[in-house]
Amino acid sequence: MRRRRRSRRSGVGWVLLAAAAIAAAWVVWRPSIRTEAVSRGVPFEAELVQRGAELAAIGNCNACHTREGGPAYAGGRPIATPFGTVFSTNITPDAETGIGGWTPAAFTRAMREGVSRDGRHLYPAFPYDHMTRMRQPDIDAVYAFIMTRQPVVATPPDNDLTFPFNLRGLIAFWKLLFLERAAAPANAQQNAEWNRGAYLVEGLGHCGACHTPRNALGAEKRDRAYAGGETEGWVAPALNAESPAAVPWDAERLYRYLRHGFDDRHGLAAGPMAPVVRNLASVPDGDVRAISVYVAAMAGQPNAARSQAASQALARASGANAAPRGTTSTVAASLYAGACAQCHGESGRAPSNPALHLALSSSLRLPVPDNAVRIVRDGVHSPDLGGEPLMPGFANALSDAQLAALLAHLRTAFTEQPAWGDINQSIRRVREHDASALRARQKASQP
Amino acid sequence: MTEFRLNGQSKRVESEPDTPLLYVLRDELQLNGAKYGCGLGQCGACTVLLDGKPVFSCVVPVSVIENREVSTIEGLGTAAQPGPLQRAFIEEQAAQCGYCIPGMMMRAQALLATTRDPTAEQIRRQLQPNLCRCGTQNRIVKAVQRAARYMKGGAA
Repeated sequence: MRRRRRSRRSGVGWVLLAAAAIAAAWVVWRPSIRTEAVSRGVPFEAELVQRGAELAAIGNCNACHTREGGPAYAGGRPIATPFGTVFSTNITPDAETGIGGWTPAAFTRAMREGVSRDGRHLYPAFPYDHMTRMRQPDIDAVYAFIMTRQPVVATPPDNDLTFPFNLRGLIAFWKLLFLERAAAPANAQQNAEWNRGAYLVEGLGHCGACHTPRNALGAEKRDRAYAGGETEGWVAPALNAESPAAVPWDAERLYRYLRHGFDDRHGLAAGPMAPVVRNLASVPDGDVRAISVYVAAMAGQPNAARSQAASQALARASGANAAPRGTTSTVAASLYAGACAQCHGESGRAPSNPALHLALSSSLRLPVPDNAVRIVRDGVHSPDLGGEPLMPGFANALSDAQLAALLAHLRTAFTEQPAWGDINQSIRRVREHDASALRARQKASQP
Repeated sequence: MTEFRLNGQSKRVESEPDTPLLYVLRDELQLNGAKYGCGLGQCGACTVLLDGKPVFSCVVPVSVIENREVSTIEGLGTAAQPGPLQRAFIEEQAAQCGYCIPGMMMRAQALLATTRDPTAEQIRRQLQPNLCRCGTQNRIVKAVQRAARYMKGGAA
């Protein structure tokens, strides 16, 4: 009797196990889509390809899908994640190593569901959680653009991910939890420009991929949208009401920044924002304006305290003789006088110099000094392709201790923000990030 | 007062701690090899080596160099006995007005200390922060390659 019950129980167990296995297979398994030779250049209209080029620029596709110094869209660029390094894929139309054999259906599935042509799940380093919001005609245009690029034979290095993140099947469960397949937000209360911006920013533009903080499993925290994130060792500042800007952004200023890479009340597009601005240079004005309108609206109207702080910062920035607010040490003040004041002036900016007034610097107002560490250490370059040096880097001149002292002084002298916590920890973090990025790049450049 | 090593010798200078190193070299020590170009760390004419690495001395406060090693063009040789880099620049006639050359040489020296046989591409990348308005860039690249041969003990 007892034995029979046990066997019945184990029978139930087996059935449950089988059901679980079938359910898991149903979640994980995706069919392969047959390849199809796409004859280059023939089937696409020039107008469609041109629209695809503009959309691909908004999507910043080339930034990740091109390795440093490598051919465009041929992949192999290391993308650092908290779970290890993912290498971008070759999306040129090479039939063997790229996506030359992909049908429009396979391409659409990759964009909407993050599934490769052969049925493998793609890592969400590829922001399909945003691309999924694209409309079909736009996906078709990007397809036409990609399929008319120069095919390149290139296979990226294998990803370097820790267990269990190296198991691709698990991505299916990540998608169950975090991939929301919905259209971009539309709001009848807002004008067409805002709605166009919402579509571009939430979808193809995937601004949130960097500017929204991520949870322990690497998904964007929806309840903290645009509250500031991290990318390539840089802080991606908050775009919502938590924006660190001394003067709140408005659509006009944001447009200027995105169009020209610089706004004199906020500063220069640096780090990973430089290629974004370079790409936007080839995007129609209307779309850049729409993006600006939507992003500027995220922060809402500044409250009274914020507006007052902004007018104080502006007053400081316009008064060439305003003294620094104070200093942390005379040693640090003399570092500033000898290294920074030539361009930034004793007060934050020399009257004849176009350098950003430091009272308006967002990097000095962020919760952590990582971006400021990078700017002082490596300097600032114009965000266009020439990359001419605008501010020299001080890596060879300043020791870590001097750099930390200088940053502490800048924070105290030019912002009303509380002193930064452990600046040395930021310096170490930046250095470790760069060392591991260099190792990944070296791995990528090996044949 | 700041103590440091200059071209292998101990030095002590009196300039205020926020004085740019370039002014200390030229005004207090009368070493006029490093040039004042823009004063903003943009042109490279003032380049010297700090612990073997190139810096724009016009934006390096002297307080920063305490107990560190500074190398200037004067340390590479003399008019009577030019060092290999200087010899190579003379032989390639790499200077026109010559104002940028000390900075070019110092940055090239930093490259040659770690790279025995630099390619033209490596030299161009290394010298990118230094401006030359006369246009002797191609000769400068050749001169650095010639200096590399001299340093390896090879003939011209």
